[in-house]
Amino acid sequence: MRLYLLLGLPAATGVITFFVRRVRFQLTALLASAVIHAGLTTSLWLSAGDLSSGSFLGVDAAGLLFLSLTSIVFFAVSFYSIQYLLRGTHDAPSGLYRFVPNLLWFLSAMTLVTVSRNMALMWAAIEATTLASAPLIYFYRRRSALEAAWKYLLICSVGIAVALLGTFFLGVAASASPADSPGLSLTALINAGPRLPRLWVDVAFLLALVGYGTKMGLAPLHTWLPDAHSQAPSPVSALLSGALLNCAFLGILRFYQVCVAAGEGAFARSMLLVMGFVSIGVAAAFLVGQKDYKRLLAYSSVENMGIIAIGIGLGGSAIYGAMLHAVNHSLCKAGLFMLAGNVLHAFGTTSAQNVRGLVRHSPMTGTMLVVAFLAIGGTPPFGPFVSEFTIFSATIRGGQLWLGALFLALLAVASLGMAGVILPMAQGTPANAVSPPRKEATLSIAPPFVLIVMILILGMYVPAALDDLLSRTVMLLGG
Amino acid sequence: MTSLSALLLLAIIVTDLYIISTGRLGSCIRATALQGVLLALLPPVIYADSTAEQWFHIGLMSVGTLVLKAGVIPWLLARAMREANVRRETEPFVSLHVSVVLGALLVALGFWMGKRLPLPVPIGSPLLVPASLATILMGFLVLVGRKMAIAQVVGYLVLENGVFIFGLTLARALPFVIELGVLLDLLVGVFVMGIAIHHISREFDDIDTDALASLRD
Repeated sequence: MRLYLLLGLPAATGVITFFVRRVRFQLTALLASAVIHAGLTTSLWLSAGDLSSGSFLGVDAAGLLFLSLTSIVFFAVSFYSIQYLLRGTHDAPSGLYRFVPNLLWFLSAMTLVTVSRNMALMWAAIEATTLASAPLIYFYRRRSALEAAWKYLLICSVGIAVALLGTFFLGVAASASPADSPGLSLTALINAGPRLPRLWVDVAFLLALVGYGTKMGLAPLHTWLPDAHSQAPSPVSALLSGALLNCAFLGILRFYQVCVAAGEGAFARSMLLVMGFVSIGVAAAFLVGQKDYKRLLAYSSVENMGIIAIGIGLGGSAIYGAMLHAVNHSLCKAGLFMLAGNVLHAFGTTSAQNVRGLVRHSPMTGTMLVVAFLAIGGTPPFGPFVSEFTIFSATIRGGQLWLGALFLALLAVASLGMAGVILPMAQGTPANAVSPPRKEATLSIAPPFVLIVMILILGMYVPAALDDLLSRTVMLLGG
Repeated sequence: MTSLSALLLLAIIVTDLYIISTGRLGSCIRATALQGVLLALLPPVIYADSTAEQWFHIGLMSVGTLVLKAGVIPWLLARAMREANVRRETEPFVSLHVSVVLGALLVALGFWMGKRLPLPVPIGSPLLVPASLATILMGFLVLVGRKMAIAQVVGYLVLENGVFIFGLTLARALPFVIELGVLLDLLVGVFVMGIAIHHISREFDDIDTDALASLRD
């Protein structure tokens, strides 16, 4: 029942707000949906019972983890959006009333990804996230935004078509053992695991890795990502990076679970490892000397998706690190994109060279931008340091010293590259600001502040409930 | 019925080859509509030995495919083409002559790969997997070889049709709801792309995606 509410409520509110075009009503509906969604998600944490029994819908540890991340990021984004919409309306007069409904449908589609227990249903949900979010990327009716939205639609739709082929390959693999219940139910596939023909499972995983990997932003399939993240309104960029990439990652994890059950875990891990290192390498190359600070954050997402893929690829204790890193990255990057929105509002440009003296101009935004950069760059005492260190120490313990060294070297290049762009923005005297320094609006700084506090706490210790959920997720993934 | 299904699958490959060899967008769209009709005929032909209950399922799938792939989607594309006021692909990335040769190679590749991937449980027609892979590969060729936004959507459709053919190996295992969801996603996808084409044509005066190349590092 709660699952139907989680899915249906945002979808229905989306339909209502599509027809009722008063901004205040829409914003109220958005906030109410975000609060109720967060409440329902919390209630799922509290109920100890097994909710993963359904053949179509259900929540297991991995699903609950990503559902919670989606809910938290959406909660923060919806509060941030109030200020954003009320001040930014003159830029997008025609698309304004479509913003809230699309945001809500996007939430509903992402929720469906996290609660799907059937591979084909999950596929449909991931495709739905593309369709719901494309109009959000084209929110500012600019040529460059149109270009970004077109690339996003086409590249991701093609990627997802490849993932559908992978899903069908799993179906063919399952048809080899007709004794089990047919179809693409995750539970049935895992139960049938050892009897699945390995060739078909391998090819299915490869197709899913390419298909969902496109959407997750793994290099070299990431080409849509910097464009879409830089052209979308900042609250949308926060959702894309903080929630959507995770959903695509969950798609890959589901295929990985079947691979592990079929005894092909080692093959899947080696593929993830390759894609992960390529992603960090490509991202590091584009982070150094990046001129656009929103693209910088987008490439940082490619880097972090690579880190997560490497964590799964290493296996063992690194899987825990990868899941923890997914949490850290979501919270941190969502906060960073909101701060980028504040900078864009103050300076009117996404060019990093034209932003100087941010700390003096907007003290809270400037300070938090530096702090959040330090966090995502892997500095203690923040969460990403802990998760990256967990992954790194797994390479040492596994005796893969060269991999560990390469991992550290690429991370160092990426962080230094980011530092070279972000730190000059914060320092100096403000010169090119389009709005005079004034008190920053609470709603534009409180949501990123809360997220940054959360990753600071995660850097000190992992709360017992989260630790338990992460451990159960790792168990699902055979770690 | 194997010979009839083989005939249908070969006809689908012929429509693929026609699409990659013609620069006229109208012909491309008509060919996808024809491909939709052929696709709709496939399930009843391949699963001719079904029980009455299964026939209901197969009939619904067939009608759904016919309505969407042979009707609504080509109509949406044709409307987008009229609004954008373009007739033909003038300067594709991959010239049409080259694409015909590549197309023939891709058909061969599809059959070769199909042979390497034997179905664990033989089903329907032995041509099903090769024809599906060949169609997917040719869809890719259209996607990367053309500049026009509409031609790229046609490529996406051909790719999806290839995946659809592959999905027929599972027609009995998949619940109908999910097939419907897949078809609906495709419809909405083409619809959203149609809207995007409309915006592109208004914004740029043509729908050559060369104009969409300003975002880069």
